[in-house]
Parts: sequence; C-alpha cells; structure tokens
Amino acid sequence: MADGVDVEVALSLGAFRLAVAWRTHTRSVALVGPSGSGKSTVLRILAGVERRARGHVRFAGTAWQDAATFVSPHARGVGWVPQDGWLFPHLSVRGNLAYAGAGATDVAAMADRLGIAALLDRRPRHLSGGERQRVALGRALLARPRLLLLDEPFAALDEPLRARLASDVAALTRERSLPVIVVSHHAADVETLAEERWRLVDGTLKRD
Amino acid sequence: MTIDPFSAVLLSLQVGVASAIAGLIPAVAVGFWLARTSFAGRWVVSAAVLVPMVLPPVVTGLLLLDLFGRHGVVGRWLAAAGVPVTFTPLGAVVAALVVGFPLYVLAVRQAFEAVDPRYEEVAATLGDPPLRRFRRVVLPLALPGIVAGAVLAFARGLGEFGATIVLAGNMEGRTRTIALAVYTLLDGPDDDPRLRALVATSIAIAVVALLAYELLVRRQRRMLELGHG
Repeated sequence: MADGVDVEVALSLGAFRLAVAWRTHTRSVALVGPSGSGKSTVLRILAGVERRARGHVRFAGTAWQDAATFVSPHARGVGWVPQDGWLFPHLSVRGNLAYAGAGATDVAAMADRLGIAALLDRRPRHLSGGERQRVALGRALLARPRLLLLDEPFAALDEPLRARLASDVAALTRERSLPVIVVSHHAADVETLAEERWRLVDGTLKRD
Repeated sequence: MTIDPFSAVLLSLQVGVASAIAGLIPAVAVGFWLARTSFAGRWVVSAAVLVPMVLPPVVTGLLLLDLFGRHGVVGRWLAAAGVPVTFTPLGAVVAALVVGFPLYVLAVRQAFEAVDPRYEEVAATLGDPPLRRFRRVVLPLALPGIVAGAVLAFARGLGEFGATIVLAGNMEGRTRTIALAVYTLLDGPDDDPRLRALVATSIAIAVVALLAYELLVRRQRRMLELGHG
C-alpha cells in the first residue's frame, strides 16, 4: 500500500449513514468536517473497533467488512491512535512501546526518534500530555501498521510542541511510506500532515 | 462447653480464604460476562446470581443440603467419590462461598466495568486477539478491584451463620466457626471472656477487611483515572 490510500466504506450506524469510495494516490489524507459529522467514527470503523456498523469496508482491495466477513482489529494491521492516546496505565513507557512485540533495539530507536528516551521507565501517569501522545504514536508505529489512523493527535498540546510533533510524525510516515488518515480540527496540523484534505458532510466525503 | 476460641478463629479464616479462592474463577467469569455482554437476557443471570443475597441464609442452607446431602444430586456422587460435604469443613466452605458469591460477583463486575473498553480496542489494533488482550490489559487493570471482591467475599464468608449451621453443623474443631462459637456461647454466662474475645476478633477482622476493600477499590480508580490524557 505504498501507492496511496484506497478505502471504500458504505455503512450505516443508527441514524449515521456513510458512503465513501475513496481512492487517492497521495499517502496522507486529512479528514475534516464539523463536530459530530462522524470523522472519529470513520477511523473507528477502519480500525475495526466499531462493530455495530452495517455495510462494507475495503482497504487496498481486501474486504475488511461485508455481509460475510469481519476482519478482527487484531488482524487488520492498522495503527490507531485515539484522542488522549489511551496508554496502558499498568505498563511503563517501555512496556507500552514494546506492547506489540518490538525488540529492545527498535524500542530504543523509536524512543530516541520521538524524544522520549529519558522516559522509558516512567508510568503514563507521570507524563505530560505531549509525552503521552509521543508514546501513543511510537506504540502504534512499532506495531508496523499498513495504515495509520490519527484522531486529533495533538489536541491537548500547546503551539510550539504541536508543530514540532506534527512535523516529526509527517517525517516518520513519509520515511516508511505509511498511508495515514488524520482527523484534526487544527488547520496547521492538517497542512503539515496531509497532502489532501477531505471534508465529511452528511455522511459523504468531498475533496476540499 | 468445649469451645476453643482460637480454633474457631483459625477455622473461620481458613473457611473465608478457601471460599474466596474457590469463588475466584467463577466470579471473574460471571463478573466479566455481565460487565461486557450486550445479551438482552443478562438481567436474568444478574438476578439469579443475587438470589443467595436476598434469601434467608437458613433457606440457602436447606437448598444446599438438598443438593449436597448424602442423597442429593451432587452430594450422592461426591460421597461415593469419598468427598462428603455435609457436616464437614468443606460444607462450611461451600456455605460461605454460596452466600458470599453475590457480593463477589458485584465487586468483580464493577472492577471490569471501570476498565474503559478503549484499552481493549487499542490492544486489539496492536495485534492482540481477545484472550490475549484480556490477559495482558483487562485483567491487570481490573486486578485491584477483583482482589477487593475476594476480600469482600472472604469477609462475608467469615460471618456466615445460617447456611453453615444447616449444611455443616456446629462441630467443635471441624465446623464451629466464629459465628457458631458465639452462638453456642450465648447459652453460657454473659461475662464469658471467650465470648468477648470472639466478638472483638470478629469486629477487628471485619474492619481490616473493609479497609482493605476500600484501599483496593481506590487503587484501581486512581490507576485508571491517571492512565490517559
């Protein structure tokens, strides 16, 4: 999937209807739209953690969900970074980063890259908001995903940190040719992270 | 009256611990299922689990006697296997377990409900199938609450009287727990020092158990509150 984002979604979830055929050769896409338009739900559906939706989801030509199929989230190879990160509070930063089975060398390299090498033995409760987001990103990337989903990844951060982290993530995903879909309200994040911007209105997606 | 307060306290502690250990896996299984299932009939299971809490313990004891007595459905089979339940310490454990089980399940269910499903969802996207994420994420996060449930069941089992006297009897050194020893001593003089000692011990164990319960519940809450941003 180094050649772009190729997602097809046609779903209903309660009153929410979504019909998206979404093929683009760019690797990074931002999903924008008013609050409550279902942006986070799209990411949850792609990650496979929203099971109540009915319909079909295809990614890179593979059916992840249709009438006969539901590929479990653990088999999709999707890196999902929900808002707030949701680090495992009973594990150290090292334990969180190594959760998906990455070796000590990879964990150390990722921690260096994200500027959290000094925090490896800390528990999430002793981290700032920005540090937590870095760990959550590192944890998702170390699982070697085929698609990265970022939900308001920098929402709680102040301006200089936000800009720095956004360009770090952009560089990391580019290096790995990793397709990324980011949901953000923040224009500068979208600018830094995404080559294309799509707007979700009334369950349909339009290129901005 | 041959009543050894020390033996009654020791037996009570053994019965309480044994019932808390024996109930652990069923309480975790039922508590987790109740916390996570969306099955419409779950309230029936939930109500059924609570039955021993609202039945008079003597009635629970009679039902257990029907089940585990020498001619009971389970008791006949166990007696043939050389494991009699009635009028044995095992009977006291069974009585304590059954009467304490509702509290056990309630506490464990609460412990699992406190663990936000998003932790499981994140673990799933990191490659963990259901059983593995239960073991690596859900169980450790619920653990303080589960132990709190075990402590509560232990404390309830310690004070069990009605079902115990019906199923296990009141035999010195075998089934005479603190509650039964106190009951037996009520026939004697009011100022029997053994009576006072047993009452004081009973209160002390209950206070320590409830303190431990509260601390464990708080520990889980603190861990989960500070886990994310």
